[in-house]
Parts: sequence; C-alpha cells; structure tokens
Amino acid sequence: MIVVELRKLFRRPRTWVTIGLLNALPVLVAVLLAWTDLAPRPGEGPAFLSAVLTNGTLYPLAALAIVLPLFLPIAVSVVAGEAVAGEAQGGTLRYLLARPAGRTRLLVAKLIAVVAFVVVTVVVVAGVGYVVGRLLFEVQPTGGTALSGTSLTSQELAVRTLLAIGYVTVSMLGVAAFALFFSTLTDSPLGATLGALAVLIASSLLFTLDAASSFAPYLPTRYWLAFVDLFRDPILWRDVVRGVALQAVYVVVLLGAAWANFTTKDVTS
Amino acid sequence: MSTVIGTTGLVKRYGQLRAVDGIDLDVRPGDVYGFLGANGSGKTTTVRMLLGLVLPTEGEVRLLGEPMPKAARRVLPRVGALVEGPAHYGHLSGRANLALVDAAGPGGSRRTRRARIETVLEQVGLAGVGRKPARAYSLGMRQRLGLAAALLRRPELLVLDEPTNGLDPQGIHEIRDLLLQLNREGTTVFLSSHLLAEVEQMCTRIGVLDRGRLVLQDELARLTSPTGATIVETPEPDRVRAALDGRVLSVTAGRAVVRGADPAEVNAALVAAGVPVHGLALERPSLEAVVLAAARTSSDRVDAPGERSRR
Ligand SMILES: Nc1ncnc2c1ncn2[C@@H]1O[C@H](COP(=O)(O)OP(=O)(O)O)[C@@H](O)[C@H]1O
Ligand SMILES: [Mg+2]
Repeated sequence: MIVVELRKLFRRPRTWVTIGLLNALPVLVAVLLAWTDLAPRPGEGPAFLSAVLTNGTLYPLAALAIVLPLFLPIAVSVVAGEAVAGEAQGGTLRYLLARPAGRTRLLVAKLIAVVAFVVVTVVVVAGVGYVVGRLLFEVQPTGGTALSGTSLTSQELAVRTLLAIGYVTVSMLGVAAFALFFSTLTDSPLGATLGALAVLIASSLLFTLDAASSFAPYLPTRYWLAFVDLFRDPILWRDVVRGVALQAVYVVVLLGAAWANFTTKDVTS
Repeated sequence: MSTVIGTTGLVKRYGQLRAVDGIDLDVRPGDVYGFLGANGSGKTTTVRMLLGLVLPTEGEVRLLGEPMPKAARRVLPRVGALVEGPAHYGHLSGRANLALVDAAGPGGSRRTRRARIETVLEQVGLAGVGRKPARAYSLGMRQRLGLAAALLRRPELLVLDEPTNGLDPQGIHEIRDLLLQLNREGTTVFLSSHLLAEVEQMCTRIGVLDRGRLVLQDELARLTSPTGATIVETPEPDRVRAALDGRVLSVTAGRAVVRGADPAEVNAALVAAGVPVHGLALERPSLEAVVLAAARTSSDRVDAPGERSRR
C-alpha cells in the first residue's frame, strides 16, 4: 500500500512539475544576483541572500529561505490536500476502500507519501541551490561565516545545512497535517488546499498583530524562520527546539483528528 | 454458508431522509440477483453499505457469511465490485490502473498479477487497448475497465451497481453473456438496476426497492408463474364467450383470456364448438406488472409536503 501510494505520487508528472516550478524562483534570483552583483544589504530580503555573493555555499539556505514563506507551503498544501479528497473527487477512493485497502492503512500510506514529498522537495530545493551556488557565485573553500561574524569550517557548515533542511521539513509537516486533515473532511482537493493555506495566511497575519500576542507563540508559522538560528555561533537552540515541539503537537493532534474522521465517515463520493 | 448476502433490518438515514429503510436482503449462492429500483430508491446506498463504504444507521450486513464492515479485510478480497460507475487514474493506462488497485489490498498475488490482468482484459473485451491513458477511453471502455477490476481476483461474489450504464446495446449484450458465463462457473452475481428488461433477461431472483423499502423479494420464475388462466388467440374472440360461457375473463381484439390452467382442455372445448384457434398459451404476469403492483409512484417525484407520507 505504501509502495502503491509512493508510486502514484512520484510517477505522476504533476509532482515533478510542482517541484520544478518550486525551484524556478531561487534559480531566477541566483541568476539575477550573479548578473547584477546587487545583493540585498544584510538584514534585508530573504535570509542568507546578502551573503551569497561572497560565499556560494550558503545558497542552499538562501534557496530554502526564498521558498519557505509561500511557494513551499503552497506545494505541500496542494499535494497533501489532494491526498484523500483527490481520490474522493476522482471516485477512486471507493474502489480503494472496497479493494479493501483499509482506512487506517490508506491514511498512513497517504501520510508517508506526503512526508516523502516534503523531504524530496526540500532536498531538491537545497540540492539545486547548492549546484546553482557553486556555479554562479564565488566559493570560499574554508567554509563560511556565521551570522554572528565568526567563521565556520566547511564541515560545520555542512552539518548545520543538513540540520536546517531537517528543520524546514519538520515545519512543512505541520502544513501537511492541516491539509491532510482537511482532505479527509471534504471531497474537494481544492477546498482542502485552500483551507490549509487559509490557516497559514491567518497565522502569518496574526503573528504581526500585537493584539494577538497572547497566542502568538502557538501559531503554526511562529518558528518557521528559526532555522536561521542554526547559523549563529553558538547555535541558538531555543526557538528551533520550540519550533519542532510546536509542529509535533500540531501534527499529532491533526493526524489524530484526520484518523478519527476518516475511519468513521460515510464514503459517498 | 446458506446466504451470500444477508442483511437484517438495514437502515441508512441521511438527516430526515431514510434512504434505506429496514431491508432484509437474502442472496443465495449461485443466484443472479436483480436489485431493482427507480432512481433514488436507495440501491447505491445499499451497495455502499454492503461494501463497508457507508456505515448503517441500524441493522446488520453479512457478506459471504461474515459480518461487515468488521470482517472487511477477510471478505472483500473475495468480492468484486462496481459502484456508481467506474473510476480510474486518468493519466495511467488501463493495465497500470488494474495493477495499482490490485496492489492496494490483500489477496492479489503479485506473481500472477500480469497474467490475471491479461485474462480479465480479454474477458471484458479490452485486450487490445495498449498503453493509452484511461482518460482517453470512451464511456463504454471505462465501464469495461471497471468490470475488469472487479473480476481481477476471480471473486466468489460480484456486486455490480448499474453495470451496463454507458454501454451500447452490443456492449450490454456482451457483458450480459460474460456475467451469465461467470455465474455458470459458480460466481454469485448481485446487480442493481433501474431497468426492468435488463433484470428480467438475466436474473434468477429479484428484490424490488421502493423508496428505501424492499417491497418484493422472490424467485423470478415464481413471480411470473402462471396465473391459472389461458390466453386464446383467435380471429373471432366473441365466439369464445359463447362457447365457454362464464369462464371468459377478458376479450380484446384477436384475443380472449379464459379461466383454466390447462390449454389442452380449453382447446378441446373450443374446437368442439367450432371456434377457430390460432394459438394457446398460459397467462403469466409480466415482471413489469408485478413490480408496478409492488412499488407505487416513481421516487424521483418531488411532491409538495404532505402528499408523500413517508418523507
Ligand atoms: N450522501 C448523501 N446525503 C444525503 N442524501 C443522500 C446521500 N446519498 C444519497 N442520498 C439520498 O438517498 C436516496 C437514495 O439514493 P441512492 O442510494 O443513490 O439511490 P439509487 O442508487 O437507487 O438511485 C436519494 O433520495 C438520495 O438523494
Ligand atoms: Mg444509484
């Protein structure tokens, strides 16, 4: 079942088109920067972008920072929102369940496929960022500079980049959990996707509002950018740890709700 | 195992509406069971409950002797189903679709998959479709592919909801022959339909659903068994009345209906009286008459409140 779902997802041209489009923006930004030599000043624009002109090895991080606020969550919402509702809309859900695939099994398989998509997407963005950074920018063989000014060896940089990839993946799992939950509620994949995006937009908006400060720490997007803290010296773990814990809570609660709903609902699609 | 499909007091309520209202199905091994009902009478809802897709509000379902949906994982691999039209992954070929669904559940050996796929495609008449994606199939081809998916594991029971929808007359004929052949080889067939003729041609047992209630369930042969009257074909039906006074039930052009279940006796009496007889037959009620008597108005009708007592 899990293999079936993975095959369905990754043999679908659309999946790769999505991943391809996702990479278009960071590549475009890299080309523009290399061409014009006009990097944003430190503290402006997406994280790490100011530093890439002098150090191309930071570009995987810049690429993640570029897609993190919007492109990546949209892609994840589309795929996770599609998971169950897409089968319902296409009518294939009833045949999978009558096969019988088993409702819990199907949901778990969908979840694993979505997680695989998130991992593959984040890794591809970072990988393309790495290649682009090497090709277009100067590379300092000795490693990079931490945001706090001290320098990092290339080994340290590699480890922290991997940690950052992991952290971004975890952040996206929260998005995936929202979309998957909505996907079990409705027979419209578009509805599920938009529902998840609405949550994220609301969360980002409330985060900027002082009046919402009482629950700002619990907003799903609150710690998304904390992966930047992995490049301070020493690493500032506080927000990273909180971010992971918060996403874990969202994932557990939403998946529980998705399971409770999906295993007891009438499939009339 | 005496019943293949058995339900007791099966009810499905959608809000105020009782889509299925306390039905007791009894489908036996070897039956071709016709589940007849107008559109909206609850056939699809019943089929979904049989397969564990919709959970009953009340009542029980037993499939192949085991309780549903509890035993779904054991029972459903032995059941082939077509529910409310076929559905496929449009970007995949027919073969890839079959392989995917076969791999999605228990009871479909991977070793034999390729051979089984070729066999069922042959059976439903799609052996030559090649690699074109299912979204390019015609409606009839999709219906055949759906049927192929239902047949893929040589099921003991086929549950088919309106299986001939979208097929042309030639296709309907082919599918009917295929189902009858499978039935001769031991497959029990449960098929829902709103088409009387289809059911009359294929089925050995029928159940009639009217607005969620099972108003009739019996052997087709018994429902259409002789009424005890004989039909006489004659150019002079009025003379029949004179010859068999008091026994004539009705007279129409070229035809008289006479009480008496022995055509030979009727014939002898008429010939003795010199009435020309062109043909004789036992009178049987048509399935249509039986069904109409059991069910009332069409359930598509949406009458003003009060006129329809049940809703
Ligand atoms: N998901 C649903 N929600 C509410 N009512 C429904 C639902 N599904 C079916 N119905 C109603 O239940 C009745 C029976 O429908 P259905 O089983 O599809 O009939 P059939 O298959 O015989 O045409 C209809 O009146 C239909 O409107
Ligand atoms: Mg129907």
